Amino acid sequence: MKILMFGWEFPPHISGGLGTACYGLTKGLVKNNTEIMFVVPKAYGDEDTSTARFINASDVETIGTQTELEKLWGNISFIQIDSNLVPYVDEKEFNLCASIDKVEKREGIFRHKYSFTGKYGVNLMEEVARYALVAATIAKNNTFDVIHAHDWLTYAAGIMAKRVSNKPLVIHVHATEFDRTGENVNPNVFDIEKQGMEQADKVITVSNLTRNIVINKYGIDPEKVETVHNAVDFHGRENIEIKRNVGDKIITFLGRITYQKGPEYFIEAACKVMERCNNVRFVMAGSGDMMKKMVRRVAKLGMGTHFHFTGFLKGEEVQQMFALSDVYVMPSVSEPFGISPLEAMRSNIPVIISKQSGVSEVLKYAIKVDFWDVDAMADLMYGLVMYPSLSKFFVRNGQAEVNSLKWENAAAKIREIYNQVTNI
Amino acid sequence: MRTICLYFQIHQPFRLKKYRFFDIGKDHFYYDDFLNKSILRKVAEKCYLPANQLMLDLIKTYGKQFKIAYSLSGTVIEQFEQFIPEVIESFKKLAKTGCVEFLGETYSHSLASLQNSNEFEEQVKLHTNLIHKHFGQKPAVFRNTELIYSDDIGKRVASLGFKAMLTEGAKHVLGWRSPNFLYTNAVEPRLKILLKNFRMSDDIAFRFSDKNWDEFPLNAEKYVKWLNDIDGKDEIVNLFMDYETFGEHQSRETGIFEFLRELPNRIFLHSNFEFKTPSEVTEKHQPVSPIHVQYPISWADEERDLSAWLGNEMQDEAYSKIYKTGEKVLKTKNENLIKIWRSLQTSDHFYYMCTKWFSDGDVHIYFNPYDTPYEAFINYMNVISDFEILVDKALEDSKPAKKSATKSSIKKVKPKTEKTVAKKSAATAKKKSRK
Repeated sequence: MKILMFGWEFPPHISGGLGTACYGLTKGLVKNNTEIMFVVPKAYGDEDTSTARFINASDVETIGTQTELEKLWGNISFIQIDSNLVPYVDEKEFNLCASIDKVEKREGIFRHKYSFTGKYGVNLMEEVARYALVAATIAKNNTFDVIHAHDWLTYAAGIMAKRVSNKPLVIHVHATEFDRTGENVNPNVFDIEKQGMEQADKVITVSNLTRNIVINKYGIDPEKVETVHNAVDFHGRENIEIKRNVGDKIITFLGRITYQKGPEYFIEAACKVMERCNNVRFVMAGSGDMMKKMVRRVAKLGMGTHFHFTGFLKGEEVQQMFALSDVYVMPSVSEPFGISPLEAMRSNIPVIISKQSGVSEVLKYAIKVDFWDVDAMADLMYGLVMYPSLSKFFVRNGQAEVNSLKWENAAAKIREIYNQVTNI
Repeated sequence: MRTICLYFQIHQPFRLKKYRFFDIGKDHFYYDDFLNKSILRKVAEKCYLPANQLMLDLIKTYGKQFKIAYSLSGTVIEQFEQFIPEVIESFKKLAKTGCVEFLGETYSHSLASLQNSNEFEEQVKLHTNLIHKHFGQKPAVFRNTELIYSDDIGKRVASLGFKAMLTEGAKHVLGWRSPNFLYTNAVEPRLKILLKNFRMSDDIAFRFSDKNWDEFPLNAEKYVKWLNDIDGKDEIVNLFMDYETFGEHQSRETGIFEFLRELPNRIFLHSNFEFKTPSEVTEKHQPVSPIHVQYPISWADEERDLSAWLGNEMQDEAYSKIYKTGEKVLKTKNENLIKIWRSLQTSDHFYYMCTKWFSDGDVHIYFNPYDTPYEAFINYMNVISDFEILVDKALEDSKPAKKSATKSSIKKVKPKTEKTVAKKSAATAKKKSRK
């Protein structure tokens, strides 16, 4: 079976959970006897091509380049499209960065063919539309059995591809506008999401939490929506040993400092713990639009000496941070899945996760708490730090649990969904 | 005549309230009175009161022919006194009929029998006095928490003057042998051992209303047929179960009360069984052999061992902590502190920390006030942390020429400690399989 898949990033340019998920998923699907054509917008132009072979695809060359990663990817081929699409950016933010540095940099291959209102590229919605048109061309020139589109930026592409090819469309919801913004939804984004879900033959959600949002907020027929939990791939990842400089226990928040991740609840709970014990330090690792506000809050509570901000961590630094931590907390307000607690567990750290996260549906050996219940959160932090047997228990069982979450299993479920839609 | 021996367990723990770490050092009252009271009331209405009435009726109808035994933990008796004294009154009425035997156990339904200290003996004595005070009987037969038993425990029980003890007819201990005989302790042959026929007991306690059970529905006629089917040489069928089976675990609507009302009649008419209390069993029957139990057994879960209460890191830490604190607590000689300490020993607290049931938690959710074992553990440890502060303070205060401050600080605790908390018996966690 051949799948035309629309994503927005692939290794090594992974900026968040979606790239990781797509990577694991495609690997799992290949094992399940599936061939994948992966289309990604190419935002940077510096993708690692050392392991890749360029294919000069006849018609696609005006649109982008097709890459095949021989060793790593087996029968997945890549089609890159030069585009400004960036994950985790909302429309406003996108306009901002697009106007600053992207416009002049971009060599528009599309300029000749698709020039929208004369000022293409500065408007995210136009990018989405442009991506969709490109998708139509790709769909026309390739053969495949199912179209699979990841998250809202690619839904329009999926719909176009479906129109051109008449093949079934599966859309994969990794997050919704409600997760990203709370109740302040951007109506344009909402419309695209809703349309994608309505046009799709099947909607895959990464958790039941997200499934409920899709059903209740977008009014999609429950019959059509299926949950396939994400998994995690630790292949080639080693835990790092680090010598500690301080004897204090370290409780860590690691993630984007944005509304969705609930950083303020972490701070309030930290404050409660700090009032009672002085051998605990807190770290907030990451960056985001709420960072300044959080720094001010910490200062106001007078916790500065024991509360540290690291800024954005990348690559190895993340591992180091885990190696230094005694407790990992993910207080997300709304987390469709949330892969980072799994990485923490893998690093032998007990985790506290919010009940409002998809990952809490698959974990037994994680402590779950309502994100708003800072009293409970503080109590759990204290318990994990003060009562060592609790930590030991999690370290012993967490590792095994995480290792049992395999992409092959998730991919098998998705393969099953492909079978369903092709039999329609 | 062959013998049927009915024994019912009645226990409720003092459930702890939500106790956060920031309460440590500030709040010295640990129990969830509201929850305990509601549970007690509910169970009394559904089970204790109607079931007691039914037993009274049966005794009135059949006179001395109908015999039963009860074991009430000290913590449940305290809660009856505190919340619904009429239940105690109805048990007293039953005691007066002369057809009811009350068994001995540890006062706070604790795991003290697994400890080397004197605490076990202390709690047994306390319980004996309590039973004597209320029901005018001195228990002669012992029933340890969750039917926990081993050769050593049996020996200790014998030295306390008991003539018999009940435990589970665990397969791995019995092997080819039948539980339907009287046995003796392996070290102290004077102590008789009665073994629970778990198959016949659980048919009532767990499977009675199970619609997926191929024997559903169960009625007295069928049950008596099964009794008659038991090998003719077998002498005793010990039916041990939680009293809450009647009206609580098996609700009134399932017909459990009708079943119980009908059962004696059927037995008298259609079988060669008679009812005896555990004490009478030991007099009537001769033991067939000693039974060797090197490692403790219990009546809980498929494993029939201690793994419902001890074994994971959390349970082990909590357990060792509470008994470690004991030395200090006893040194204070402060009655209230000792009382709190005993209530914290109740086995249910450790049962809530069990992580065995992640897959089939149904039975357990019902009995458990916590969402997860982790919360149970943290809550318990927070309470103990505060309790330790109290104990240390009491010790410090009592050292130098007895200052008056001691008294006042401890007085504050007093009204609180009198209240108790209840939880569902952990013993009810047995699996459903008939085999």
